[in-house]
Amino acid sequence: MTTAVLRTEVRLFRREPGALFWILLFPTLLLVILGSIPSFRDHQADLGGLRTIDVYVPVAVLLGMIVGGLQSMPQTLTGYRERGILRRMATTPVRPSALLSAQMLVYGGAALASALLSLLVGRLAFDVPLPKQPLGYVLALLLAVLAALALGSVVSALSRTTKIAGAIGSAFFFPSMFCAGVWLPTQAMPHLMARIVGYTPFGAAAEALNRAAAGHWPGWEHLGVLVMWVLLLTGAASRWFRWE
Amino acid sequence: MPVIEVSELRKTYSGRAVVDGVSFAVEEGEIFGILGPNGAGKTTTVECVEGLRVPDAGRVRVTGLDPVADHARVARVLGAQLQESELQPKLTVREGLELYASFYPNPSPWAPLAERLGLTAQLTTRFGKLSGGQKQRLFIALALIGSPKVVVLDELTTGLDPRARRDTWELIEDVRAGGVTVLLVTHFMEEAQRLCDRIAVIDGGRVAALDTPAGLIRRSAGSTVISFTPSAPLEDRDLNALPALTSVERKDGRLTLAGTDETVNAVITLLARHRITAHQLRVSDATLDDAFLDLTKESVA
Repeated sequence: MTTAVLRTEVRLFRREPGALFWILLFPTLLLVILGSIPSFRDHQADLGGLRTIDVYVPVAVLLGMIVGGLQSMPQTLTGYRERGILRRMATTPVRPSALLSAQMLVYGGAALASALLSLLVGRLAFDVPLPKQPLGYVLALLLAVLAALALGSVVSALSRTTKIAGAIGSAFFFPSMFCAGVWLPTQAMPHLMARIVGYTPFGAAAEALNRAAAGHWPGWEHLGVLVMWVLLLTGAASRWFRWE
Repeated sequence: MPVIEVSELRKTYSGRAVVDGVSFAVEEGEIFGILGPNGAGKTTTVECVEGLRVPDAGRVRVTGLDPVADHARVARVLGAQLQESELQPKLTVREGLELYASFYPNPSPWAPLAERLGLTAQLTTRFGKLSGGQKQRLFIALALIGSPKVVVLDELTTGLDPRARRDTWELIEDVRAGGVTVLLVTHFMEEAQRLCDRIAVIDGGRVAALDTPAGLIRRSAGSTVISFTPSAPLEDRDLNALPALTSVERKDGRLTLAGTDETVNAVITLLARHRITAHQLRVSDATLDDAFLDLTKESVA
């Protein structure tokens, strides 16, 4: 029963060209554009000998989940509630929670696919090495996806209409992109700023991914921050989410 | 055992009792109507039957089960058409039917159902592109797709054209002939009169009357209307002495009296006594419309 819901949501996701582009292609496209700038392929002393393109792969990896979790998913979920789609499903043996979990799987899956694409293109087109600590990288990646989905659920829980969801989503979207290092990679941030950013979900995720990419265990301080955010946001979402 | 049992149901929103002690029981294979003015508490009542709302007090049972506590089991035997709901805008009619069919243990085949509701030409149309009437027909199909024992239809034919409305009525009669119990919320008196075995008139959150359509008409004041053009004037004194008379109206020399069968007999006797001829004599039963207005007039006033 719930697999039918998931199959339907996957099918519907494929009918959203906007979401497909911004979640799946845009992060990699950004990487390709940045990688085409010759100086971004030079080693930089202030990035610890890394090239700009190297530090932008984790940024691209996080970008897909930020777009999916904060922009697309809250819109869809809030729309499902606003239009009474959840209500209609509540009268069937399948509870509306099936629709919610299907949505999370779809957007979580899309974010992971987008991350994989960025890693592959980075490796093949710009010789960015694959993460040297794969287990730690996967763990950080999964926690980051969970944090993005939980944050998106909170946005949806706080929004009565899709318009409000769009506004609240954007309010979280730009700070999240900043913390992930879209404008200034965390490695290049001043020490104090990096410390503060390290306590935000995507700042912690960026640092954990960077460490795992370099071959170190991501560090429990970053993973711990992520776990804490996931628990906190999930709790908030399930407390405030309204089915109608 | 009744298929649907509602007793002393109460539901309050921000201090206002929307449903205030509603009780009724629907027997197996019955088409039971809920009639009432806007805001009378009809939809809230059926939402409690569907398990969408938790009653503040009272008892609701569907096939002996509590729709809230036993939601999954009730949902398997109850098909619902909600007053306002949608499907995912980019889902096609066929995908919607297939999806909802997959939720139930013994679904009806969707193709004959779609054909019966005139949706065959729209199978590949996305929900968002359907007209209001097509959406309505799709939701009727979705209410029936799980082969339910009970269907709850809230404003069944709103938005349908007269032909589709009549087709839908026939469909509901066929569904009932198959042993399915129907709970119908409606605004249309014609629909209630044609389909319902019994009707509960709900007004101000309470059951104002519960009877067969004919019974409701009979019990309302002025259930029979007699009108004629008398060959000579009749005196007010004589008219006012008529038994069970509820209203007198004079217009262009024509008299219209509302009352009961007893009134009709007395009028005929009166005319014979005064040797007055009644031209263009018409005797008609009041309609459910009249009965409804009569039963719910207090709340409007």
